[in-house]
Amino acid sequence: MNPKIARHVYGWLLFTPAAIFFILFTHYPIVRSCFLSLFSNSRGGRPPEFVGLENYHYLIDDPIFWQALKNNLIYAFGTIPVTICLAMLMAVWVNRQMAGRAFVRAAYFTPTILPMIAIANIWLFFYTPGIGLFDNILQYFGYPGRNWLGNPDTALACLMVIAVWKDAGFFMIFYLAALQGLPKDVIEAGRIEGAGRFYFFRRVTFPLLMPTTVFVVFNALINTFRIIDHIFILTKGGPDNATELLLYYLFQTAFEFWDTAYAAVLTVVIMAILMTLALAQFKVLERRTHYQ
Amino acid sequence: MEPSAFWHRIETLAAWLLALIWAAPLLYAFWAAFHPPHYAVHFSLTAPLTLANFVEAWQTAPFARYFLNTILYTTTTTALQFVLCTLAAYSFACYDWKGRDIAFALILIQLMVMPDQLLVVNYQTMTALKLVDSIPAISLPYIASAFGVFLLRQNFKQVPIALAEAARVEGAGPLTILMKVYVPLSKSVYLAYGLVSVSWHWNNFLWPLVITNSVTTRPITVGLSIFGSPENGVNFAIVSAGTLMSVAPLLVGFLLFQRQFVQSFMRAGIK
Repeated sequence: MNPKIARHVYGWLLFTPAAIFFILFTHYPIVRSCFLSLFSNSRGGRPPEFVGLENYHYLIDDPIFWQALKNNLIYAFGTIPVTICLAMLMAVWVNRQMAGRAFVRAAYFTPTILPMIAIANIWLFFYTPGIGLFDNILQYFGYPGRNWLGNPDTALACLMVIAVWKDAGFFMIFYLAALQGLPKDVIEAGRIEGAGRFYFFRRVTFPLLMPTTVFVVFNALINTFRIIDHIFILTKGGPDNATELLLYYLFQTAFEFWDTAYAAVLTVVIMAILMTLALAQFKVLERRTHYQ
Repeated sequence: MEPSAFWHRIETLAAWLLALIWAAPLLYAFWAAFHPPHYAVHFSLTAPLTLANFVEAWQTAPFARYFLNTILYTTTTTALQFVLCTLAAYSFACYDWKGRDIAFALILIQLMVMPDQLLVVNYQTMTALKLVDSIPAISLPYIASAFGVFLLRQNFKQVPIALAEAARVEGAGPLTILMKVYVPLSKSVYLAYGLVSVSWHWNNFLWPLVITNSVTTRPITVGLSIFGSPENGVNFAIVSAGTLMSVAPLLVGFLLFQRQFVQSFMRAGIK
């Protein structure tokens, strides 16, 4: 075969098996979701009808959607700063020489590899009214127990605590890698100048860790729209929609209410959010590289 | 004592304290699982050790079958990912074909929107393919992985062209070059990708929940969610035992190969 043509043929042949599955389970569903979101559900044997943006009007008037979006934002902005601070702190600590460093590092990282369902099973017991760990602590100090997950004021916070616990160790490893890659001469200069540890961190280390922080922030943001497994065990979106997050609402709409058209609308919304976040991350990283 | 040594000790102490807090939930699950149910809320150093909770958990739910399903699903997915992503990455890294850059840009969309968010249409597709409630149905949406293609392509690009050229001169065809030159030089990437993929799928929940509805297909996470739900009324000691059993393979693997796990996750994240 002519080598010039062979290049194209081999290239395509090698790509084809993967391409089939990419199209079938990623690209087709994206297009199909957009399409379905413009139609009504089929009712009583009648085929779906084109309804234009009617489903989107419904979305704008749907208080549960807005509640879920609000919860998602609270969840993100409540957990991410705390997780990042803890991750940095963990990385700085684990990066030093100290007794039992291996144990400490393993303790920080282990929650990352456990399935969210297993984690939720364990934490469920902590939050159980009356006999759970938190109520035991409260009662020890003479306070009455409370229904942590059954109270709309505390339920979302309970989920957020778990998210911080699970993610801090994961983000620690990125900071740890960044710390170990810091230029040695800068660290040395800081040491000779006699800069205090905290001062040095604030003026030198923290700015140098900025690219890692950008990466971690966007990853954490995207995760809040992706990881909802614990809701299935702990609250199922309740009480009173207090722990309804967007992806969980999509699941309920599709597989509990069987409202395919509206589920397609929610899919489109989630896709739009995820793509916006990815493009924003790209823009931020692109801008940063000009300065470095 | 000079101040820096003093602060060094304070920091070590704080690091230890945080580590204990971080380990507490898991240690607590161990405590509850290995003691009679009564001791789940009463700490006592003299509490008798027992394996009864594990026995009861094992008998209450078909854990053996769930494990088998998870192993089948996880290994199938990872193996097929290796094959498809290797071929695609080889194509992107070493062949300059018409439409390549557009195709690459298109598959990167999957880094933003994963099959997990597309479960409504994917469920319809599986219904049309008559695959609902089967192990292939859990796997198929994941086997073409943009992340895998991306990771392997990066690595293949770093392989010196001269090596491939030398093999070509000796008469090796494209697939021989791939198997004899590129794959052996990327062992560490396959290890990293394999570890991340196996732990990701071992823990995967939402799509398996949606697409399975019987004991013969449900992976361990879905089985565990049914087992542990409060409606089931199983006490905490037994839930802990079941939970620990289902995470045991990953946990043991992690403790044995900690360095590889951490490096793999890091490599996978940074890309």
